[in-house]
Amino acid sequence: MKRIFVLTLLALTFCSSLAFAEEAVAPTASIGLIASNIWMMVATFLVFIMHLGFASLEAGLTRSKNTVNILFKNTLIPAIGLLTYAWFGFNLMYPGTFNGFFGFAGFGLPFPTVDGGFLDLSYNEGYTYWTDFLFQGMFAATAATIVSGAVAERIKLSSFLVFSTVFVGLVYPIVGSWKWGGGWLDNMGFYDFAGSTLVHSVGGWGALIGAIMLGARKGKYVDGKIKPIPGHSMPLATIGVFLLWLGWFGFNGGSVLSADPALVSLTLVTTCIAASAGIVGAMFTTWTISGKPDLSMVLNGCLAGLVGITAGADQMGLGSAFLIGLIAGGLVVVSVIMIDKLKVDDPVGAISVHLVGGIWGTLAVGLFGQMAGAKQFGIQLVGVGAYGVTTAVAVFIIFSVIKATMGLRVSEEEEFEGLDVSEHGLEAYHLALSPAAKDSGI
Amino acid sequence: MKMVSAIIKHFRLDEVRDSLSKLGVQGMTAIEVKGFGRQKGHMEVYRGVEYEVKFLPKVKIEVAVADEKLDNVLNSILENAKTGEIGDGKIFVYNLQDVIRIRTGERGEEAI
Repeated sequence: MKRIFVLTLLALTFCSSLAFAEEAVAPTASIGLIASNIWMMVATFLVFIMHLGFASLEAGLTRSKNTVNILFKNTLIPAIGLLTYAWFGFNLMYPGTFNGFFGFAGFGLPFPTVDGGFLDLSYNEGYTYWTDFLFQGMFAATAATIVSGAVAERIKLSSFLVFSTVFVGLVYPIVGSWKWGGGWLDNMGFYDFAGSTLVHSVGGWGALIGAIMLGARKGKYVDGKIKPIPGHSMPLATIGVFLLWLGWFGFNGGSVLSADPALVSLTLVTTCIAASAGIVGAMFTTWTISGKPDLSMVLNGCLAGLVGITAGADQMGLGSAFLIGLIAGGLVVVSVIMIDKLKVDDPVGAISVHLVGGIWGTLAVGLFGQMAGAKQFGIQLVGVGAYGVTTAVAVFIIFSVIKATMGLRVSEEEEFEGLDVSEHGLEAYHLALSPAAKDSGI
Repeated sequence: MKMVSAIIKHFRLDEVRDSLSKLGVQGMTAIEVKGFGRQKGHMEVYRGVEYEVKFLPKVKIEVAVADEKLDNVLNSILENAKTGEIGDGKIFVYNLQDVIRIRTGERGEEAI
């Protein structure tokens, strides 16, 4: 009897919700929104694949005994990035109306609805709320990935994961809100189209402070001399850079925040011209300085060109994009060599690519293109300084706390053995004599 | 019986193997090795810093031969591994006490 009652109640509820649905119809999307939203989702896929690019590049430029560790970190970073961004990062970075320095719109993802619980499509003319979240979430995780390369081969996995969670969960979105969230730097007129500063310099500062605080890998600087530790796979590094370049079509192209035909296509052109010029600039520089054209430097040059154009990819003509990329490519080679001479050990060149390239790109907005001018250059400088000081101090505090509580570095023994075996108990490459191969009867 | 162990350049391996096969040599082991001799190492550059590669990659081949075939085998290796440039490698010859074919248990020259 009781059961029938419940069923009737359920049926009634169902009918009434049906009747309700008839009144509140799902909003119809315009063709423009559909097209734009598809492009923004494609851009999201492209930014997503950059994580594989970072993973490949870092694995290639480090030793084979640390490959599992690198891949592990690079698998966890997008996961941590997306989860923290969904939990609170998105609402820290885009708090709505706020004091310009710090705002928080609450936990979770309170998507906007219209009558009937349908997603409100008037959220933006270029994309839906969900697309907005996922696109920005993919961006967030890239900032933490940048740090991973600079601290590779010696940082404790647990310490790195704690750092990444705080860095991508709190530091990135809070400083990001200053510009993209409509904060004080945005009001001042600071320009950073797709994140030369907000993503790359922020990650780059993390990389610099992290590499300094950790110290160099054992055997890198011996008796005052630099001993190169060549990466174990140039093919992997090259695959990584091409994936990153591919990803940049979405990173910059998606930052138009709509499928605006003229602006998106221009952005893709300036992006590719800068990447190409970065390669050429790095080639000439490394060939001149070292006497040999170094592939790893040319790969860094490509990325530096991309980072360099990112702040003003929608503002530049072809000539400007070319010069920005060319200079970025030259700068990155000189920077890698200088940073090495200062005995800051950055196995993959992350500091040079993302910090030096990011600062250059941000300042370039005041030197080239539609916004060029002394006033804009000054504002860009303020932005670079504000992000630099804040991020560096924040990273210093986070790493100091981790160092005091759980330690930063693996032991010397673990470092010699390799982090794959000492941290994970797993090797990246099983050769014929390894137990796994033996058991499979090879 | 003798064990002939030769360090040679990678790109001469096929020629050496083919010529030994023509002499009736039925088995050989080839191993990737690294080492140095008079050629010493060479310089490489990585990210702006020059460094010496102290061990160069070579191939080591090992061939067990009956005494009467030794001269022919040595001549064949000499002829085919030689480029005339520094770093062509070396041949070592040892006395070989015994050879055993695992499948049949045959011993001595029968097992070569």
